[in-house]
Amino acid sequence: MTLQTEPFVVNLGPQHPSTHGVFRLRIVLDGEVIKDADMVMGYLHRSMEKLAEERTYTQNIPFTDRTDYVAAMTGNLAYVMAVEKLVGVEVPERALWLRTIMAELQRLASHCMAVGIFANDCGAWQTPVMHMLRDREKILDLFEMACGARLTVNYMRIGGVSRDIPPEFIPMATKLVKDDMPKRLDEYENLLLENEIIVARSRGVGVLTPEQAIAHSVSGPLLRASGVAWDVRKADPYAAYDKVDFDIAVGKHGDVYDRFAVRMAEMRQSLRILEQALEMIPAGPVTSQVGPSTVQPIGTPTGPLAFRPPAGEAYARIESPRGELGFYIVSDGSPAPFRFHIRSPSFINLSPLKLMSVGGTVADAIVILGSVDIVVGEVDR
Amino acid sequence: MTATVTGLDIAHRIDQKFPAAVAEAIPEAATIDAARLVEVCTFLRDDPELEFKFLSSLTGVDCLDSFEVVYHLEAFRHNRITCIKVKTMDRDNPAVPSVTPVWPGANLQEREAYDLLGIHFEGHPDLRRIFLWEGFAGHPLRKDYLTLPGGIMPGLERFPGEPGPDIKELRGTQ
Repeated sequence: MTLQTEPFVVNLGPQHPSTHGVFRLRIVLDGEVIKDADMVMGYLHRSMEKLAEERTYTQNIPFTDRTDYVAAMTGNLAYVMAVEKLVGVEVPERALWLRTIMAELQRLASHCMAVGIFANDCGAWQTPVMHMLRDREKILDLFEMACGARLTVNYMRIGGVSRDIPPEFIPMATKLVKDDMPKRLDEYENLLLENEIIVARSRGVGVLTPEQAIAHSVSGPLLRASGVAWDVRKADPYAAYDKVDFDIAVGKHGDVYDRFAVRMAEMRQSLRILEQALEMIPAGPVTSQVGPSTVQPIGTPTGPLAFRPPAGEAYARIESPRGELGFYIVSDGSPAPFRFHIRSPSFINLSPLKLMSVGGTVADAIVILGSVDIVVGEVDR
Repeated sequence: MTATVTGLDIAHRIDQKFPAAVAEAIPEAATIDAARLVEVCTFLRDDPELEFKFLSSLTGVDCLDSFEVVYHLEAFRHNRITCIKVKTMDRDNPAVPSVTPVWPGANLQEREAYDLLGIHFEGHPDLRRIFLWEGFAGHPLRKDYLTLPGGIMPGLERFPGEPGPDIKELRGTQ
């Protein structure tokens, strides 16, 4: 006797712990097998691109904290780099190194979150993520020391960073990078990398071939897990990445497990970069003077000063913890951008979600979504 | 370092293969004739000397008198980046061909441009709104979209004393 089944629809989210925010996955099931998957997003759409068109270039920096709120430093960095490209500002050496240090600390903090929550999705309920949040707290302490804020940092400025780090920063960061984090990472690798449950849940699940990954514009750890050794930090070095030594972590199979392993390996590489950067950072100014032609008063001659990049357009991209984060800015010479577009890796990495999920089970869909590591603030913007 | 292929260079390459497919070329980008877009993009993706297999970013720009769709393409093997554009002069019913058959990654980004700017991508497999709900009035990223409940008054500037984009004549189209 054969059992008759018929397809039915399950809404995963918008309120669901494994959707990492308000994101809905509408899946069509036949028994336990996924037949179709449709993404419903926009619950967190704050219309940032429109808002940014009515604010000055400097006023837009806090918006970039709030798109990817798990990695605010890299959001800041990509935006100011796009404006600097437009204006043509030289950034002082020390500011470049500070940017590198902050971006790598941010990558560590963000990957702690990504790996911890991924373990959550696999069923290791709360224990790994609590351990990892403990380490993330230490990094957020450093951010608080540098700029007074822990999450929405608003640290980068056009032509540098908002302020220099206090003298206690380097010793504290060095202790974290050389003593604390390596031990913790050993612990996590022992706990998670060979963990039978994680391996069983993630090996061979959600496979993306290198060709599929490139065709779907996937970037970041997802792309590298599929075996494509592409990292903007290596391919197009910005800040001080051309002066530090590190390797690109690459996976082989393109499955969920490799994405998790690539993130673990990237944390090691971040520590390597930080060790070098904390030693090599030179003294000097952290902001640069911008020519009077690009900084002009608004309205009347005594009005507030604002950046006025020359009319034109610029596209700058960096390797954020989630992938290639790009800003496309069009200027018409006024104090506000004419067009402000964010190429957000969280959003574009969702492109192959249907491809990865169809044919799997509901439990697979949860870990696949977890392995993409979306931040809904950046998906919806 | 990633080498930027200027709009002039890429226009030259396209010209050799498809004469008259390039409408305009400036250093920032080459503007492609909309009717030839898909074959030009396929050429850019498949030509062994170009291999722009990765569509980095796709977005639309409201240029007041027209709409532009901007494509940033990357070639991993050669470590190059370039930018091409398509222009449509029709404000009431802007439409350009979809590049989803060339780069499947364009799917979500074209839906975003359709949702926020109202540009129709012809040949897109599933062109629906993505962030806003079906039935939402208007397309918010258009310059003539009314951002305030009463609408932007004609002549209201973005900053006091600064001329903004001239939205007066566009108000009628919304």
